[in-house]
Amino acid sequence: MAGISFDDVTVTAEAAGGDVVILRHVSAELTERRVALIGGNGSGKSTLARLINGLVSASSGVVTVDGLDVSDEGPAVRRRVGFVFTQPAAQLVMPTVAEDIALSLRRLVPDKHERQQRVLSILDSYGLAHLAATSVHALSGGQQQLLALAGVLATEPSIVVADEPTTLLDLRNSVIVADRLFALEQQLVLVTHDLDLALRCERVLVIEDGAIAFDGEPAAAVDHYRRSVATP
Amino acid sequence: MTSTDSSRATTVSTTDLALIATFAALIAVCAVSAALPFGVNGVPVTLQLFGIFLAGAVLGAKRGFFTVVLYLVVGAAGLPIFAGGSSGIAQFSGVTGGYLFAFPFAALIVGLAVERAHRRNVAITAGVVVVGGLVAETVVWLVGATGISLYADTPLWATIKSSFAYVPADLAKLAAAAVVAAAVHRAFPALLTRGR
Amino acid sequence: MRRSLPLGIYRPGSTIWHRIPAGPKLGLVVLASIAVVALRGPWPCVAALGVALGISLWARVPPQVVWRGLRPFLLVVAILGAFQWWQRGWPVAVEVVATTVALVVVATTFTATTPTDRLLDAIVRGLGPFRRIGVRPEKVALAFSLMITAIPAIFEIAHETREAAKARGLERSVRANLSPMAIRTVAHAYETGAALHARGIGDD
Repeated sequence: MAGISFDDVTVTAEAAGGDVVILRHVSAELTERRVALIGGNGSGKSTLARLINGLVSASSGVVTVDGLDVSDEGPAVRRRVGFVFTQPAAQLVMPTVAEDIALSLRRLVPDKHERQQRVLSILDSYGLAHLAATSVHALSGGQQQLLALAGVLATEPSIVVADEPTTLLDLRNSVIVADRLFALEQQLVLVTHDLDLALRCERVLVIEDGAIAFDGEPAAAVDHYRRSVATP
Repeated sequence: MTSTDSSRATTVSTTDLALIATFAALIAVCAVSAALPFGVNGVPVTLQLFGIFLAGAVLGAKRGFFTVVLYLVVGAAGLPIFAGGSSGIAQFSGVTGGYLFAFPFAALIVGLAVERAHRRNVAITAGVVVVGGLVAETVVWLVGATGISLYADTPLWATIKSSFAYVPADLAKLAAAAVVAAAVHRAFPALLTRGR
Repeated sequence: MRRSLPLGIYRPGSTIWHRIPAGPKLGLVVLASIAVVALRGPWPCVAALGVALGISLWARVPPQVVWRGLRPFLLVVAILGAFQWWQRGWPVAVEVVATTVALVVVATTFTATTPTDRLLDAIVRGLGPFRRIGVRPEKVALAFSLMITAIPAIFEIAHETREAAKARGLERSVRANLSPMAIRTVAHAYETGAALHARGIGDD
């Protein structure tokens, strides 16, 4: 039961004027190593991604990761699923670069001294070692996103979900972050507006109005998405 | 943002922790930024008290209280986040310490008022924040003035009268907090329903 | 408007007062403060002030730092002093003013010789015994870090909303300035909460 499975998942959210449906009766099995979710703003693709680690709970239906029900085994699922967010600054929670990585390692490496060594070697592999004592707010957006990625991967997840990780970055930094993501051993679920990135995946889901509008080959999916935007 | 949907305990506690820490930071920014668009007779006023009222009005009693306590502890530990960029335990010693000690309770009282109002009708939230805030204001004045008069052995009434100079500016901050809190609750209707 | 925090009072150094651990040092300050408040009569209080200033010099706290610590209190102290002089004569006025200034000098010396993070660590350690009544020291420690990390982000949010209001000609509008700032603060908090949650913090 490796991989991610959505079984008839519906998500509704409270809003001022009553509940709104964000995802309706979505079913899918994601086992490919590189999966992209594309679609317009507000289509529900971020919510679909957030279901995978329990950031959003399904109102009905079942989400499982490697056979584990996300709603029953949240902590176990979150140890498997790493999540990279769009906004680099909001996911850095500790004052300095080294402390932020150390926070991720709290569970994995209980010994303080050993943890410090691990932090430095991780930072070194991202070319951030010289910034260990720097405030996370003094970093550029690209460096922040790399650090966030390093913090997520430090927990050694088996699946990485990234919600528009390159949207706020310049071209150069987008390329750096994207190359890091595509070099991962792990399964990658990538929410993106960057169609070039979608084309690098093995499978692409087009989300429209809370449902899967197309699911299949990247080239065909991107083509479907382009046409759905062109014709009103 | 739909990340608030999850109703499991872990979600609530990490989200609450983030809300408390972020609003404590907001109070800090309010307290050291003198030049926000508020001037009473052209004199810049810090928005410290605005931030404190807002924490109570947005987060409710319990989280509002802890937000202000967190702010005070970190300021006491030396981060320059008290009004005008001051810091340290000196701020708590005698003279004006009473006001600081009253702040968490101001957020608590405003928070209680908002929670009551929220259960009935969102539209009257702003009005209730003002009423709760007036009670909170009175507590701040009384505790602050009692602090001074106990400490310096001056008559309580004279001290209270001397702090009336701050009343108009404080009322303006209270009104602003009420308006802003109502807007925040329209933007995030789930903020208080999950609060305690 | 400010874009970052002003400089704090802390000044690094290696005097004995810098080397005493934060917790015991805070205990000393509390004891000293009680002693100062208990003193009666103008001259003992002036002597206490002298001792406080002596310690601040010994700890190599620059006089301008002591002055900065005192500044917020000057107006209140002046009013109090004048009031006491008028009501009860100069000895009481001297006592009140000397006591107050001595307390502030002691407290400022403490803050000037104690790094913020050291003191916060000491507080977290001090909370250990309260674990049995439900206090979670590691959560408190995380709250300290989260707040310190959030301050620059909130400054940025305040700055951006101010620029946006200005761009629309609304720089005098409370609503256009403060409401978006508060709303974006809540959004930032939710994002941070989600990031914490995603990293499994709060699960343990």
